[in-house]
Amino acid sequence: MSTEVAPDTQTPATYKVIGTRPVRHDSADKVTGKAVYTDDLHVPNMVFGAFVRSPHAHARIVSIDTSDAEKMPGVLATCTSADLPDPWDKVDNLGEGCVNYAHLSGNVLARNKALYKGHAVAAVAATDSYLAQEAARRIRVEYEPLPATMCVQDAMRNDAPLLHDELITHTLDDKPARPSNIASHIQFEKGNVDEGFAAADVVIEREFKTATVHQGYIEPHVSVALWNEDGRLKIWTATQGSFVVRQQMAELLKMPVSQITIVPCEIGGGFGGKISVYEQPVAAVLSRKCGRPVKIMMQRDEVFEATGPTPASFMRVKLGATKDGKLTAGKAWLAFDAGAFPGGVIGPGAMCVFSCYDLPHATVDGFDVVLNKPKTQAYRAPGSTHVAFATECVIDELAERLKIDPIEFRLNNAAKEGTRRVDGPVYPRVGLVECLQAIQESDHWKTPLTGPNRGRGVACGFWFNCGLKSSVTANVNADGTVTLVEGSTDIGGTRTSIAMQLAETLGITAEDVIPQVVDTDSVGFTDVTGGSRTTFATGLAAHEAALDIQKQMVEQAAQIWECSPDEVTVADGVYQGNGKSLSFKALAVEADKVGIPIVGRGVVDPQCSTNAFAVNLVDVEVDPETGKVTILRFTVCQDAGKAIHPSYVEGQMQGGSAQGIGWALNEEYFYGDDGHMRNASFLDYRMPTCYDLPMIDTIIVEVANPDHPYGVRGVGEVPIVPPPPAIANAIYRATGVRFFELPMSPPTVWNAIKGQTTGE
Amino acid sequence: MIDFEYAAPTQLDEAIRLLAAAGDGTRILAGGTDIIVQLREGLRSADLVVDIKKISELTQLKLSGDKGLHLGASVSCRRIYDDQNIAASYPGLADAVRIIGGWQIQSRASVGGNLCNSSPAADAIPPLIAYSATAHIAGPGGKRMVPVEEFCTAPGHNILQQGELLVALTLPPQPSNAGSAYQRFIPRNEMDIAVAGAASWVQLDQSGERIEQARIALSAVAPTPVFAVDASEWLKGQVVSEEVFAEAGELAKRVASPIDDMRGTAEYRTHLVGVLTKRTLATACQRARK
Repeated sequence: MSTEVAPDTQTPATYKVIGTRPVRHDSADKVTGKAVYTDDLHVPNMVFGAFVRSPHAHARIVSIDTSDAEKMPGVLATCTSADLPDPWDKVDNLGEGCVNYAHLSGNVLARNKALYKGHAVAAVAATDSYLAQEAARRIRVEYEPLPATMCVQDAMRNDAPLLHDELITHTLDDKPARPSNIASHIQFEKGNVDEGFAAADVVIEREFKTATVHQGYIEPHVSVALWNEDGRLKIWTATQGSFVVRQQMAELLKMPVSQITIVPCEIGGGFGGKISVYEQPVAAVLSRKCGRPVKIMMQRDEVFEATGPTPASFMRVKLGATKDGKLTAGKAWLAFDAGAFPGGVIGPGAMCVFSCYDLPHATVDGFDVVLNKPKTQAYRAPGSTHVAFATECVIDELAERLKIDPIEFRLNNAAKEGTRRVDGPVYPRVGLVECLQAIQESDHWKTPLTGPNRGRGVACGFWFNCGLKSSVTANVNADGTVTLVEGSTDIGGTRTSIAMQLAETLGITAEDVIPQVVDTDSVGFTDVTGGSRTTFATGLAAHEAALDIQKQMVEQAAQIWECSPDEVTVADGVYQGNGKSLSFKALAVEADKVGIPIVGRGVVDPQCSTNAFAVNLVDVEVDPETGKVTILRFTVCQDAGKAIHPSYVEGQMQGGSAQGIGWALNEEYFYGDDGHMRNASFLDYRMPTCYDLPMIDTIIVEVANPDHPYGVRGVGEVPIVPPPPAIANAIYRATGVRFFELPMSPPTVWNAIKGQTTGE
Repeated sequence: MIDFEYAAPTQLDEAIRLLAAAGDGTRILAGGTDIIVQLREGLRSADLVVDIKKISELTQLKLSGDKGLHLGASVSCRRIYDDQNIAASYPGLADAVRIIGGWQIQSRASVGGNLCNSSPAADAIPPLIAYSATAHIAGPGGKRMVPVEEFCTAPGHNILQQGELLVALTLPPQPSNAGSAYQRFIPRNEMDIAVAGAASWVQLDQSGERIEQARIALSAVAPTPVFAVDASEWLKGQVVSEEVFAEAGELAKRVASPIDDMRGTAEYRTHLVGVLTKRTLATACQRARK
């Protein structure tokens, strides 16, 4: 594997901690199996919950009879939507998407209608988990099955079965008179698109489809809830954001946030799927009813069928360019399935569709469509992977038609500082051009691909990244170490990447910082670990806390050295004044003897996007007899702004690429005609394993983010975006067939090759 | 999964008595890699689980020049490929047991269990059929022998009667000019169930240019693993060539009656039968010449 930092973009090597690769702070716990995940908890008197789920994709719930289950010895409580307070129509931002609490409550436990197969209808708590499952089977639910709608184009038709009788499309146009499954219609416009296409020498328009895919985190959703006699509720859970779980619980259960404590345990992956609550409110209600702590852990099929995959889509993208390779106009029509409730990821999808290019004229129409599938959620750069598949395939075809090298064509049109996106924002300094150039300079690009049935593809991807609220406190210990208390749950090594920024600012080592992720009672409000924001925003808070500590240390040094604080200077963690000098550590020891405790505080709420770009270069080989695609070589180049811990940045780039490859080649929700998912297991929902991937080469580009003291942009999400189109473009060069549908699974590829040879 | 009784007899007759006395809710446990998953996921239920791994006859694995391979019903996959002589003498079987799960599964799962689970997509059954293996069954009425191609009757169903137990599989001795191979097609490279599978066994003449005998068996393309009789018969006397392999593949496709499901369409699976038959015949012939 080659790992490189593109030399032209490297920031001056003045850092002592940032850019190094210390061992992560939680490594011993993780590699020895001592890290505590939610399912490891065994709270005294704990009982177990299980769900009753709808066997129908769409059905009216006629009645629910829990009496037989309640008579079983060992069964302690049952619960239905009647046990949840009446929901209210209130919309809140959870950091990576908004939620309407009426919809959320209806998703947690179905009200009146089950809207998808697997929709939770009731739940039961019993003294062991097998008994709970058995009791769940004895809860009798009478359904009146209704026709279901499973595909976004069908769901948009006038005669489609309606999921929500009252749903009126939210649109800039006139309010429709009749309800439909179209929850919203988003429109963006820049310039005059007709003029733009008139100026084009070549115009290409294509239609694309993608399948529903799941984040595929290894740890199922799991929570333990304890509703105490004093009315306080405590929940241990696997979540990307303990504070947004608290917020959702407070709204769903109509209780003050101060009555709720969320303890985030270690988390086995989230990727956007562990922000919304599912089992937490149900465990809480069951605990309230039986007076004991209740654990609910989902089974894998429940995770697939009843949590939040990311949507299927239907997209039409049209682009025009002049003979000399300048894009003139773009038009996109995008319909994403939201699942059973409004509020899918069409918003960011519509904003990202042309985000890599400087397009003078463009329009985007985006539709949020409800249908009888689980409520969709964010998945790593939500919406951007879909639209990149469409745009980057059309870009590739345009370049080919114009006989221009695919990287040169992209460089000709790449978004840069000053480019205005179709949805409005103007980019500050961004690094797409540098990423494309780094790919051109790579060993991979310079090594020709030879052999039959092989092809090479290129694609770009964009993700905004966000800021949002973060809080940390940092306590200087008597031995000169610093305990860093933070609210960002650590999914990708952020304990260390945040601690390193504190260490760099203070002039101490990463090992001298002890990061702790704590519960919602023990730190200030912190938004989700999502939006690639944590190393950026919580790192910014850690930087502020370090400056706060430094100020207090200066004051204590002045007191010890009997001089004015103005006379104390700090450089590289060494404090000097009145002819004396002490390291941070030594000064901390002295300060502990004489002064008040030193506690730093950092609270931030940056409102900016940090704008991440990635470029993929991929070589494939296609077996013409079976349609199976083998990834021969894969390079991902990404602008990290500044890679705080390069190993974790590479890990994110490789992990995102692996998920993008899975999305491209095999992953899909495979539905039967009855609206049942046929492959709700890791056996048949085919994520790539290590046998299916080459070592993924990484090139980190560092174009500093002007809005962060160390230039951090955030890196987690964008690497999932370019793989599907890069692979589609590579398969085209291997087979001569262009693909417009994901996944490009062996039967699909074989069919297309066969169609080509038989002229179908 | 709800509670069940567990028994682990050490004698074959004791096991048969237990099985004969018990009702429909009796399940046999060898490696457990199918039955435990099925019980946990509610696909099957059990009142009594009879563990047969402690019966010595069922764990015997013996290769002899005149009798061939004796494969006790609960012998793990791993013991087969760990024995270099066995793996070299029965490469088609070794191909299959090396790709059933990962090595942890292979250390538990048995070929006998794979046969008794009677999945249409079982990897070990096509090579058994290609090798003309015999199933040795014991029951309250005594012992009987059945060719493996007659063992499975439907997905998850087979000829075992109430109280009967598979004791062993025997594979005939292999002449030096015989060769075999098994391949399955899966979309990934590991951890998957066959979309289609094919095993080919050939015996060549002295020159190594002509096929004297051949047996082709398929998986995942019919309600049970199937013996491709016509393709096998047609191959007798044919000269070894890519064209002959391809033609045999076309003939093998005729016994395929696959379904459309999440693992592949019927059309695609039928097509794969041709590809896999061709490819396994080529490997089998290559191995026969060594």
